[in-house]
Amino acid sequence: MALQSGEKLAMLVGNIWSKPRSRYWTLVGLRLLAFLATAAATLVMALNKQTKTFVVATIGTTPLKLTLTAKFHHTPAFVFFVIANGLVSIHNLVMIMVDLLGSKFDYKGFRFPMVAILDMLNVALVSGGANAAVFMAELGKNGNSHARWDKICDKFGAYCDRGGGALIASFLALAFMLLISFISILKLVNSSSHCSVSHNNN
Amino acid sequence: MAESKRIFTFLLRFIAFCTTLSAAIIMASSREKTTVLALSVEAKYSDTPAFKYFVIVNAIVSIYGFLILFLPSKSQLWRLVVALDAVFTMLLTSSISAALAIAYVGKEGNPNAGWLPICDQVRKYCNQVKGALIVGFISVILYILLFLYSVHKALNPLLLEKS
Repeated sequence: MALQSGEKLAMLVGNIWSKPRSRYWTLVGLRLLAFLATAAATLVMALNKQTKTFVVATIGTTPLKLTLTAKFHHTPAFVFFVIANGLVSIHNLVMIMVDLLGSKFDYKGFRFPMVAILDMLNVALVSGGANAAVFMAELGKNGNSHARWDKICDKFGAYCDRGGGALIASFLALAFMLLISFISILKLVNSSSHCSVSHNNN
Repeated sequence: MAESKRIFTFLLRFIAFCTTLSAAIIMASSREKTTVLALSVEAKYSDTPAFKYFVIVNAIVSIYGFLILFLPSKSQLWRLVVALDAVFTMLLTSSISAALAIAYVGKEGNPNAGWLPICDQVRKYCNQVKGALIVGFISVILYILLFLYSVHKALNPLLLEKS
């Protein structure tokens, strides 16, 4: 008798723990935060532009002016950054919709593996984009005396600040996406163990 | 069948270990000293933080790859290997993308920022860095394949096996 009630208690706890509403809303909330962070990073970097006029020489009394513009697409690493963050924000948007509406559409339980694999792929994508951009930004901020590349952040301060903000947003998105990927893999492992348990019982 | 799969995975891990080790060594030994306009110019990998990061990450991953070769194939630690493979694959992809970004600036320059390409002056250094990046890229592809294989073995996500 004691063994039966112990088993029933274990099954009850297992049923409550296997579908907690709090874990569901944690995942959707994290995805929303990651989507906002990647979208912000994309927009801030894509609209990053600064024009500045320099005085290069003075002929008599009239100064010679030179207008230089700093745009994000001058640097291939920033182009990759914008494209990667754009793709990841689209992925997050699609995944939010799949989480909210997905329980109705399922094909032989392929939903959990595909979500987990896609999450891992997008973590790699956003990490690659953010990392390339951050090393280029460090080069622009400090220059490289051995290669005689001057730093540009003292002349284009606003461009550098906005780029830095976009990079911070992208790294925050990377942290969120790591958590999301971890939770998706946990869901995959739980669902596969439940399937095998039900098969064993049958 | 299982025996040949095991041998194949072991061989793949060994080749991946060799590529990461050689990428780190080739990049770390790249050095050139030339004279340009009566000035002595020395190019080393440690001038650029991106190349330093590349060497460090490849060294760490080659140590990990060396230790994994000695893991007996029936142990329970292969589930931990899935997570470790994920972490190290992501580190490798980020290091190769950073090194490629800086190497592109070194080869083509950035005329909008007034940065001239340096590959014409230090040609041997440039070629050695290019070789290290190619080997690094091969190691990234190999580690991605190994990671997908360990996920498939441990979690069976695409439901290709019966139990």
